[in-house]
Amino acid sequence: MADVTMRIWRGDSTGGDFESYTIVQNEGEVVLDVIHRIQATEAPDLACRWNCKAGKCGSCSAEINGKPRLMCMTRMDQLPDGPVTVTPMKAFPVIRDLVTDVSFNFEMAKRVPALLPPPMPEGGYRMFQQDVERGQEFRKCIECFMCQDVCHVIRDHEENKVHYAGPRFFIRYAELEMHPLDTNDRRELIKEEMGLGYCNITKCCTEVCPEHIHITDNAIIPLKERVVDADYDPVAWLGRKIRRRPKKTAAEASVQPAP
Amino acid sequence: MTDSPYEHHAYDVLIIGAGGAGLRAAIEAQQRGLKVGIITKSLLGKAHTVMAEGGMAAAMGNVYPEDNWMVHFRDTMRGGKYLNNNRMAELHAKESPDRVWELEQWGALFDRTTEGKILQRDFGGHRYARLAHVGDRTGLELIRTLQQKVVSMNPDVFMECKVLKLVHDDGGRIAGCVAYWRANGEFVTFEAKTVIIATGGVGKSWKITSNSWEGTGDGHAMALWAGAKLIDMECIQFHPTGMVWPLSVRGLLVTESVRGDGGVLRNAEGKRFMFNYVPEMFRAETADTEEEGDKWYDDHSAGRRPPELLPRDEVARAINSEVKAGRGSPHGGVFLDIASRRTPEFIRRRLPSMYHQFMELAGVDITRESMEIGPTCHYIMGGVQVIADTAATAVPGLFAAGEAAGGMHGANRLGGNSLSDLVVFGRRAGLGAAEYIEAGDFATSFDLEEAEAAVKEALEPFERAEGENPYTVQHDLQEMMQELVGIIRTGPELEEAMGKLDEFTERVKHIAVKGGRAYNPGWNLTTDLPAMLTVCRSTALAASLRKESRGGHTREDYPNPDPEFAKFNFALSSDGGNWDSPISAAESPLLPMPDELKALLEEAH
Repeated sequence: MADVTMRIWRGDSTGGDFESYTIVQNEGEVVLDVIHRIQATEAPDLACRWNCKAGKCGSCSAEINGKPRLMCMTRMDQLPDGPVTVTPMKAFPVIRDLVTDVSFNFEMAKRVPALLPPPMPEGGYRMFQQDVERGQEFRKCIECFMCQDVCHVIRDHEENKVHYAGPRFFIRYAELEMHPLDTNDRRELIKEEMGLGYCNITKCCTEVCPEHIHITDNAIIPLKERVVDADYDPVAWLGRKIRRRPKKTAAEASVQPAP
Repeated sequence: MTDSPYEHHAYDVLIIGAGGAGLRAAIEAQQRGLKVGIITKSLLGKAHTVMAEGGMAAAMGNVYPEDNWMVHFRDTMRGGKYLNNNRMAELHAKESPDRVWELEQWGALFDRTTEGKILQRDFGGHRYARLAHVGDRTGLELIRTLQQKVVSMNPDVFMECKVLKLVHDDGGRIAGCVAYWRANGEFVTFEAKTVIIATGGVGKSWKITSNSWEGTGDGHAMALWAGAKLIDMECIQFHPTGMVWPLSVRGLLVTESVRGDGGVLRNAEGKRFMFNYVPEMFRAETADTEEEGDKWYDDHSAGRRPPELLPRDEVARAINSEVKAGRGSPHGGVFLDIASRRTPEFIRRRLPSMYHQFMELAGVDITRESMEIGPTCHYIMGGVQVIADTAATAVPGLFAAGEAAGGMHGANRLGGNSLSDLVVFGRRAGLGAAEYIEAGDFATSFDLEEAEAAVKEALEPFERAEGENPYTVQHDLQEMMQELVGIIRTGPELEEAMGKLDEFTERVKHIAVKGGRAYNPGWNLTTDLPAMLTVCRSTALAASLRKESRGGHTREDYPNPDPEFAKFNFALSSDGGNWDSPISAAESPLLPMPDELKALLEEAH
């Protein structure tokens, strides 16, 4: 097959530039294969993150021709002819070359109040497939953080990172809120501290999700409805008053007892 | 605290590895009120556990109420060709249901039966449908659940931090380790009362492998250097079904669930060849005809199991033989066919990530066409020798769990027994470490010289102006191990391999690294190579000594099992404690089996 030219951003937090590598392209290869070949030959210190090379771990996120993609699931023969540009995810600080500092996401994960289930009955909980399926969609998330990368609330506004959790965590909150066993109530937290209101549902996150999770339609919009309902809906207000098992507030729930 | 020249941290329990075993150990130690640190080479949640697809085996009896721990124990021992540590197999079979239910309390969402219980699926070697699962992404569910539980308890997690060597105190007890941050290449020392090795497997030393870059056997090697023993290092599982085409994905795992859910293996003639490869040991419980096998999927009392669901070692060898006999597929594998046997809707619902994987990487629609598959290096049964109940190694203060520990699976692991192994023995390692600390006889000093020697060695490749490219060394090592220490072995080839490994040891000493220390994959690989060499030498040595065929160790020159070899494991130790020190082997007798467990093995099926 013909040679291909890869334009790869090389540098660190102090700056960098594109370097071009012209290399042979073999049948069936993905972008990560070509990057690996460049590492093994011309540039052994070319930094990129990867693990499973099967689209299951979400490590090798980068921007290919300007679009967030998993390098391991992007076939070279499906990219347009001409040079292929590979850059690190833009929303996160660069460590080196294609590797970014994604610790923002791990900090946000620490702020999620854990699941709080009732005591387990003998022989395990009973849940039904249709009830677990809603959460299962969100638990397909491989934490590639490309939805975070493409979300303009984060991408264009660094200052929002303190009060905006981003799509990855909205699906996490949606999963917990829809979890058949959960007794926590995180609605106030989601509204006041996780910045759900900043999302104006442009669906950029849904478009880049490699797991095809319907982030906007199935998680963010229902979550917005729940949060709004909690504030304004008189029926929901009454419902809360007469619930048999009151949901705990986020603050109370943040320390989870060991089951 | 030690006056270290490097960044320094101190913990009660230091866990190396953040896959299923490491995270479960962390939860247990944290629940005991201990100060826990977790070190991982990658980011949290990316460990090889995410690659597990089919499920975790636990005799909950949700689908077949006649299932129980005794049947699971028997299946595990038979699958392991009786080389297992029987106490580990017993604990695993008894405790895995609780470990599954516990995951559910922490947020896991398993697939359900119509009564709302956890659904269980069939897998090779398991008599009943026993694998709790979430479609074909069970490993992701396991690691995410444990990760979220761990994060809620807030231990310190050191991500992208590579451990170089364990450090002792002046009494020979484990006192911690020395590591470096991948992001900036700075060194860091960890002082700890206990260290738990949970570093996973070794598969990256083979060319065709399902393992990621991380599977370099760091924990196996570090434990050996530190004075622990490795057992069963010759027993490597070649998973029967890895992708073979396109070349760039060769080795990528195709879940056993395809066969558990009705998929069959065919050769180039379209024949279900597995019927020709049923070993005597499994003859009585395997179907004689396709019709009988097909009935079994719906009702296990209507027929015996199809031979495609024999343990993995048997299936991998059979595929190897078919290809050698010239009945393989165009790219050197055989065909795995579920398209002709199940509806497209069923396939997409039960095997979503396989559908995705073949569609996107190979352009194959598995609801319409057969997959081309062949064996791929997947798992090592061998590992650090431990006490079953506590996961303690021969070195005071050092514990091991998960794939890095040996004994649980004997000579061959059954599919689904790995995820349950992680949580059963991850928990026990956390408990074992807590008890060790309670007993009070832990390390009282930290040998800085050991740490400094490891740092010096790690930096040497930068000082060489000329030298070998680490990627070339790794590539050549993988080719050699695939060819000479692969699925079928012979004495002369193993001798040749050991000679070559001595040459590789010299080559590793002459690697030159280009660039700086900050996030430099070439240097990172260079620091992985000593562990890879230690593991490869261990495997080649043990394989040359085991002059029989058993489970994941097949000798062409000794094609049958030999009862004399069923009495012991080969236990390896390092004479010198460095990565290039000689390794010696001794026979370590198997744990005597209590009569009540013996009786379970003798029961008719």
